[in-house]
Amino acid sequence: MDKKPSHARTVIAYIVLIILTFLCLFFFYILLINCTRSHAQIQHGFSALPGSSFAKNFNNVIHDAKLPVLSGIKNSLIVSTFCAILATYFSALTAYGLYAYNFKLKKPAFIFIMLILVMPTQVSAMGFINVITKMGMLNTLYPLILPSIAAPAVFYFMYSYMQSSLPLELVEAARVDGSNEFMTFNRVVLPIMKPALAVQAIFAFVQNWNNYFLPALILQDNSKRTLPILIAMLRSADFLKFDMGKVYMLITLAIVPIIIVYIALSKYIVAGVALGGVKE
Amino acid sequence: MKKGFKAVLSLALAGAMIFGMTACGGGGGEEASGEAGKVLNIWCWNDEFQTRFNDYYPEVKEVAEDGSTTTLNDGTVVNWIIEPNEGNNYQNKLDEALLNQESAAADDKVDMFLVEADYARKYTNSDSTMNIADLPGVLDATSDQYEYTKEVVSDADGNVKGVSWQACPGLIAYRRSIAKEVLGTDDPAAVQEAVADWDKFAETAQKMKDAGYFMLSGYDDTFRPFYNNDAAPFVEDGKTLNVDKNIMDWVAMTKDYTDKGYNNKTSLWSDDWNADQGKDSKVFCIPACTWEIDFTLTGNADPDGTKDPAQSAWGDYAVCVGPVNWCWGGTWLTAATGTDNADLVADIMTKMTTDPEILNKIATEKGDFVNSKSVIKDLAANYEGNDFLGGQNHYALLSDAAEGLSLKIASPYDQGIIEKMQAAMKDYYDGTVDLDTAKANFEKSIKEIYPEIETVNWPK
Amino acid sequence: MARKNKPEVKEISYAKWGYLFIAPFFIAFVVFQLVPLAQTVYYSFFEYYRSGLTVIGPTPVGLDNYKELFNSDFLKYFGNTVILWLAGFIPQIVVSLLLAAWFTDVRLKIKGKQFFKVVIYMPNLIMASAFAMLFFALFSNNGPVNATLVSLGILDHPFRFLSSVAGTRGLVALMNFLMWFGNTTILLMAAVMGISPSLFEAAELDGCSPRQTFFRVTLPMIRPILVYVLITSMIGGLQMFDVPQILTNGKGSPDRTVTTLIMYLNNHLFSKNYGMAGAVSVVLFVICAILCLLVYFNLNPTENDRKIKKRDRFKPRKEALNG
Repeated sequence: MDKKPSHARTVIAYIVLIILTFLCLFFFYILLINCTRSHAQIQHGFSALPGSSFAKNFNNVIHDAKLPVLSGIKNSLIVSTFCAILATYFSALTAYGLYAYNFKLKKPAFIFIMLILVMPTQVSAMGFINVITKMGMLNTLYPLILPSIAAPAVFYFMYSYMQSSLPLELVEAARVDGSNEFMTFNRVVLPIMKPALAVQAIFAFVQNWNNYFLPALILQDNSKRTLPILIAMLRSADFLKFDMGKVYMLITLAIVPIIIVYIALSKYIVAGVALGGVKE
Repeated sequence: MKKGFKAVLSLALAGAMIFGMTACGGGGGEEASGEAGKVLNIWCWNDEFQTRFNDYYPEVKEVAEDGSTTTLNDGTVVNWIIEPNEGNNYQNKLDEALLNQESAAADDKVDMFLVEADYARKYTNSDSTMNIADLPGVLDATSDQYEYTKEVVSDADGNVKGVSWQACPGLIAYRRSIAKEVLGTDDPAAVQEAVADWDKFAETAQKMKDAGYFMLSGYDDTFRPFYNNDAAPFVEDGKTLNVDKNIMDWVAMTKDYTDKGYNNKTSLWSDDWNADQGKDSKVFCIPACTWEIDFTLTGNADPDGTKDPAQSAWGDYAVCVGPVNWCWGGTWLTAATGTDNADLVADIMTKMTTDPEILNKIATEKGDFVNSKSVIKDLAANYEGNDFLGGQNHYALLSDAAEGLSLKIASPYDQGIIEKMQAAMKDYYDGTVDLDTAKANFEKSIKEIYPEIETVNWPK
Repeated sequence: MARKNKPEVKEISYAKWGYLFIAPFFIAFVVFQLVPLAQTVYYSFFEYYRSGLTVIGPTPVGLDNYKELFNSDFLKYFGNTVILWLAGFIPQIVVSLLLAAWFTDVRLKIKGKQFFKVVIYMPNLIMASAFAMLFFALFSNNGPVNATLVSLGILDHPFRFLSSVAGTRGLVALMNFLMWFGNTTILLMAAVMGISPSLFEAAELDGCSPRQTFFRVTLPMIRPILVYVLITSMIGGLQMFDVPQILTNGKGSPDRTVTTLIMYLNNHLFSKNYGMAGAVSVVLFVICAILCLLVYFNLNPTENDRKIKKRDRFKPRKEALNG
């Protein structure tokens, strides 16, 4: 084997990887530095070392009703958690319905879901706003949560997972034991699906945590807003531009929790991406 | 690893569940529902009125720590609903609430909302605002106010629909230190000579440039002096937008200034625009308005609140009248039709916009040009001077100008038109597009926000 | 195969469970997507907007909204969207292929693979709106990036990123690149690892250089997933909204060159012009429907196959998830 070119390639690979790592981490570094500095310091110019205004910025952000961060985090948590639960549970249920049973509309149903697999929700946003207004759900969190019951991409993942890891014999065995079909799904199928459920729950959570388009059109009250809308307000509200320390602090609050969870679970997430094949 | 995964996941779930139980079921207004007192909902686009209310309205008992509510002595809770202004956001959100006003529960109804001159007519020409003659005592109390502040919020039949605590004469705020260095003096009368008309303004700008300074911070700073002196409103029939020749003069002048390097190429409200009002800035002046002294200048010149001339630009500002007379904006209080707290709204309107004692305090502590001819007359003669302005008595300077102000050119569409005009022309000043493209882009943006406007006419 | 021997009667008695289990999905889909879609199409033929506090319409106007749409700069916004997407996607796919090849090459011993994987995927999880706001603050005229470049002597005076077409588009592309290259890398790696090792051994025995192996073995073998990545990325690109919207504060400036299709749709939705918003949506729907069909045929290549066939590399493996 010729070792030389391989050696050169290793060096190049490291250089590229280091540049990319720098690109990925540099911005977070500046973010973290600037959220510890006061407005005057930030206006003064960039510094590589943190300042001492972290507590002050944090307090300013927390105690500003014009920018209700705490209720924003709360709303984001509610929406993302319920979306994650609904999306994974009902997708697994649907996948199981199509996987384990034979019925007339099975194939059309499957083809239909595959056809809408990657259809963006934006195309029906106009009618969506109309419909939920008529249902009295405008300015509530429900229209952000309930549609997660129909998540084609999650369904597809669950279906694939069942094909590879859910032998129907297990289901048959449960039937022989006299288990009702719904119980069988909850007690036998779901436990087997755990790894797939967990991975998809994380993705559904993150996706809804970051969602901006629909919430911005649906949520009117400050007290109902989710984090991304508050972030967007930073950009548009003149009265928030007088303190850049606050701006950086709010971005930090929006980003850091996800990063911490990610670092803790990165192994599973990266494995999940590799298996997912379907991205939103 | 697996344990960690489960722990984090279950923690997250548990946390969300607890939140869910407390918050998912109901709507807003949690803080008020338990109490016996009334709820007063006030809509506004920033905290300018809120701070004045909290500081000076005599019935205020306490202010919530986060500023979201104010409790009055009789137990009434004032709810502040603050929506950013830009991109018609405040108007759109307010419209939604007003259209639901009839069906809303008593505690959710809009009781009072604030409007700006740029879109005041949209609301005062509609049924959503109350005639102040129908609110006990308000109309009688306004006799001492500047006429134009009533005219802009009057409907077609001459009914006054709103009140304001301030008149807003335009001014040029300049840095004393730079004036001394370049013009040899920081005396407002002498500086006024240097900016007495647009020709002299340009001469001074050249001097500033030669000395290494910028005359202005950005593109939009000179917009209001031109716009306010337009011959006619932008939109009169609800279908046609006529761009005044004055606006094109502003465009031509700003392009010229930009090419000559007289300004620092910033946009209104951007962070570099704000920074240009600070101690280290190279910008000589900002065509501003009385409310900007407190709302923007003070904070930008002295971000840490030191009031120390050595550490900030505190005391380094002064004001003069400038090349033309103009006014910018203002804030009107209107009572929403359907309010269940009309008496309280009437009392707030009367006290906050006509009570001489309160107005005197607002003037001396916040620097606002208050809406009472007699209070201003008194201040012009007796005020010892504003510290931030290096001891200058700006009321004496501006009291004459205030008498002649007018907002006859305000149309209901002005906020959107002005924002889109400034945004479209920015590309032209930046050199990204030519003037015709900028005009075309303006027309496209107008079509998106005001579908009812069919044609845009440009001056020859 | 045991099921085939079961009596038909039993199959039928279970069918109702099948319908029951898939019912919530389809009900939610109909209520929250199909009905709204139908309404969207319906109102696209009406004049229906707000003028101040008055609601105008709905009045049927036939195809007027569509005429206005195609007389507007719709094609320009479509072009913007494509340019912004390509500017992010091309570097994304190139870098991802490169990284996937390196990470899976047994002859290259890269230490800290797991670390790099974790780092490069991280931007994908960041709130796009927060990322855009961060970039806006960092790249503003007197922001940290300009300050650094000037103090290092690379620039004489700050570069006004957001006043220049290339600067603004470049920032959007950079953000999209950073957010997605990690995801694509991991997908492609999974695909490469799904290739039978014997193929690589054979290539090595035949004396192929790493470059030859990559172009002659790896690329052809992962073609299906490349197509998949391409189409899903295209659909993601069509939906581009958060990043340019917040970076430019909804203006799509300069010269409306970063106004994307969804931003244009959002402008109409925000000013409550339901007729025009409907027309924009319908056109978007048609484009997306075509792309959806492509995805469908990519995932289900042999239509007549009774079982729905899939490629191994899409099949989740339990061990990998647990491991």
